[in-house]
Amino acid sequence: MTSIAKPPVRHPGLPRNSLGLTTRDYEGAMSTLCAGCGHDSVTAAIVQAFWELAVPPHRAAKMSGIGCSSKTTAYFMKGSHGFNSVHGRMPSVTSGANAANRDLTYIGISGDGDSLSIGLGQMCHAIRRSVRMLYVIENNGVYGLTKGQFSASSDIGSTSKRGEANVQPPIDPCLLALTLGATFVARGFSGDKAQLVPIIKAGLKHNGFALIDVISPCVSFNDHEGSTKSYKYTREHEVEVSAADFVPLRREIVAPNSPEATMTVTMHDGSSVRFRKTHDSYDPTDRDAAYQHVRNCTVRGEVATGLLFLREDENDMHAMSRTVPTPLVDLPFESLCPGASALDALMDEFR
Amino acid sequence: MSQVNDFSLKIATVNGTGSASANSLLMQAIFRMGIPVTGKNIFPSNIQGLPTWYEIRVSREGYTARPPTIDLVVAINPATYEKDVATVRSGGYLLYDSSWPMPSELQRDDVTVLGVPFGQMCVESFERDRDRTLLRNIAYAGALAALLQIDMDVIHEMLNEKFGRKRALLEANFKAIRLGYDHARSHLPCPLPFHLERMTATKDYVLMDGNTACGLGAVFAGATVGAWYPITPATSLMEAFKEYCEKYRVDKDTGLNKYCIIQAEDELSAAGIVIGANWAGARAFTSTAGPGISLMQEFIGLAYYTEVPCVIFDVQRVGPATGMPTRTQQGDLLSLAYASHGDTKHIVIFPADPEEAFYLSVAAFDLAERFQTPVFVATDLDIGMNDWMVKRLTWDDSYRPDRGKVLSATELEGVKSFSRYIDADGDGIAPRTLPGVGAKGAYFVRGSGHNKFGAYTEDSSEYQEVLDRLAHKLRVAADHVPAPEFRLQPGAEIGIVSIGGCHAAIKEAVDRLRDHGVIADYMRVRAFPFTDSVGDFLTKHPLTFVVEQNRDAQLRSLLAIETGVARDRMTAVLDYHGLPLTADAVVAAVTRQLEGAAT
Repeated sequence: MTSIAKPPVRHPGLPRNSLGLTTRDYEGAMSTLCAGCGHDSVTAAIVQAFWELAVPPHRAAKMSGIGCSSKTTAYFMKGSHGFNSVHGRMPSVTSGANAANRDLTYIGISGDGDSLSIGLGQMCHAIRRSVRMLYVIENNGVYGLTKGQFSASSDIGSTSKRGEANVQPPIDPCLLALTLGATFVARGFSGDKAQLVPIIKAGLKHNGFALIDVISPCVSFNDHEGSTKSYKYTREHEVEVSAADFVPLRREIVAPNSPEATMTVTMHDGSSVRFRKTHDSYDPTDRDAAYQHVRNCTVRGEVATGLLFLREDENDMHAMSRTVPTPLVDLPFESLCPGASALDALMDEFR
Repeated sequence: MSQVNDFSLKIATVNGTGSASANSLLMQAIFRMGIPVTGKNIFPSNIQGLPTWYEIRVSREGYTARPPTIDLVVAINPATYEKDVATVRSGGYLLYDSSWPMPSELQRDDVTVLGVPFGQMCVESFERDRDRTLLRNIAYAGALAALLQIDMDVIHEMLNEKFGRKRALLEANFKAIRLGYDHARSHLPCPLPFHLERMTATKDYVLMDGNTACGLGAVFAGATVGAWYPITPATSLMEAFKEYCEKYRVDKDTGLNKYCIIQAEDELSAAGIVIGANWAGARAFTSTAGPGISLMQEFIGLAYYTEVPCVIFDVQRVGPATGMPTRTQQGDLLSLAYASHGDTKHIVIFPADPEEAFYLSVAAFDLAERFQTPVFVATDLDIGMNDWMVKRLTWDDSYRPDRGKVLSATELEGVKSFSRYIDADGDGIAPRTLPGVGAKGAYFVRGSGHNKFGAYTEDSSEYQEVLDRLAHKLRVAADHVPAPEFRLQPGAEIGIVSIGGCHAAIKEAVDRLRDHGVIADYMRVRAFPFTDSVGDFLTKHPLTFVVEQNRDAQLRSLLAIETGVARDRMTAVLDYHGLPLTADAVVAAVTRQLEGAAT
């Protein structure tokens, strides 16, 4: 993917996190996406979230497939390992990497083509497998790199730049994830960084597969009148059904207790997510109710955003596989190879 | 010629009726009598109700290829009577279930037909329908024990091992064996002219299938991640890996696993998981067959171009398309050698039997990491699923994995900066880093065009520089892959080249040809890319036969492409009907060609 290195400009006044790093240390190469692209805002939110969590960049792995969204892994955290794989197959590569080394923080960046068309099966099965990763769909309802075809998330009646109306029903990744048993389902909007950053932080700390569907308008091919994924349309129709704050463990004592907090979910590392009151009856821990609520919003033409559903107490891939806590890559060979005497004894069973 | 310990029989039954365990019982009993034996299971792609055959070859000389002729047919399946009676050699025997009148299609003037009322005896002796069906197989095993002089003590010992704790089952099996044995002893000409006598030739051997050997190889090589999608005939490979992981890799204190096996949603995902796990630093592999290889193409190209090690077992079956999933072939040679779009070339290893499959599986993991590239281990259904008599596997405890050039955290500390694809040693191999190890080690893996620093490029010369290095790397690999096996004879007039599971038949064919006065040198190719010695052999033998199990002479094509020896200079001997190769087929093809050349 195209990228241009950023000039190393020093900003001595920038605040530092607990590792002594500034947000600049979490940036990547210069973006080559179109000016105003929603994806660049998502990248900025990711940089902010990782910086705030003080994840050492080299302990994070950035995974992606193919498409405009997948290019963005080059635009944040230049100090992290990145794997730009093949179209729609990032979930399997991440599954394998996580199987081998469970101690890294995995973030996968995908798009609506990468996740909902060519890679739909892979995404679904990574959810079923509950691979511990943050999975971000930068959803613009359009194929950008091939210049404007409808994607599987395009709404019925939404028009292309040339005026053609989409006729096939959209796939909503959040509703899909809820039916597949996903334990962290969220929707954000690239135009709302304040909402997105805490969700990304919570997703990175989630004990399982965390999905964030981010409506991220394509300024070149899907930001016109008639599109339901434009900045204007999303701003006018966004309804925040569930507002979440992320409270890291070490700051818990000093963090102000929000007077509006209605519910607190403790994450597996001891940090917590506090939900603020938004909608009267919304319960982000009730899967069926969350599904119904999001579905009702869709029927009304609204875009439901927020941390829509969270379950922190279910098994991730390693718990299901009963793997040892030590990453498999760190197990010494001596503890893996049964050795000569074991083989000799085994041979007697083949006579 | 005496036919003691030198004959073959074929048992025709219906699948799903329990005949498989009776057949292995017979074969294993012969093996325990110290007599070399081979079993070939010819089974349908089906769970219950279709014809299935089992061929047992007894060879005091130790030949393990599929039997050239059948001396005795056990015809239990009326649906295939006509076909089965036709396979007996002239002067041979046929044993059938005489519970019903003998059908006319079993008549053959030059074959002795023997009848035992297996069905009737089992109906009279057992109450439950299930017992009557299952134990009929044990009853024919009993009759064969009498006809062929299989040691009943050995059979009893084996039944004891199998059913020792299940008293009722053990008694029923003893009874069924006795029914067949006693009836045959009192009504039939026991023993037959061809029969068994104890030997001591199997002491250092085991009976093992190749999928078990490969799965075991993966355990011993230290593989920790296995990803797969179930497919015949590769399924039992990952199942073997699982079995031995459960045996050897469960932490005794916690009960937790030092491995992770992922049954993926398809072969694409299986390949992705293997690539991801290897990239992260684990030894990871998948097992599949031709259709899976077709699905993995894109990922294979990615691993080649981004230089991520991975091991892929291809247990070849009959193609194209779904083909015949339970038949054997060597039809994937070309598609493995150059898998994926663009310019690619891959290391492919061809074990001849389960013994070699074990050792070469371990070698495959070393080669994959050393050369940072996909390595295929190409076996086939015959090697993978049939029990072969092979030498006991041994292990050298001083073995340590060759992880190749991987920079440790300390080594990374010492470098000024790290770039992924710099070939400092001139062998085409650039050091890699693993994610999470050292802040200096981070780099960006991309399947898109990249330069030697790992950065994106659309610059022609930068792109070519990397591609040329990859070609160089694979040329270097040719000197490190398993070398060919040569069997040379003084005065050889022809050369025979072959590959993989053909080996058993070729060894026998070379002996038989010598008996006919044709001296042949034999080269068995064990890996791709070819070492120089492969081309040298072809050059030195103007009359060369290339024996392989596919229609299009794929090995010959590979030899022609890679060595420059003209394709027409090599005579193709092709066997692609889906059954294991026989020595007869090779001898006949060579003799025919030589006679044609002489006239």
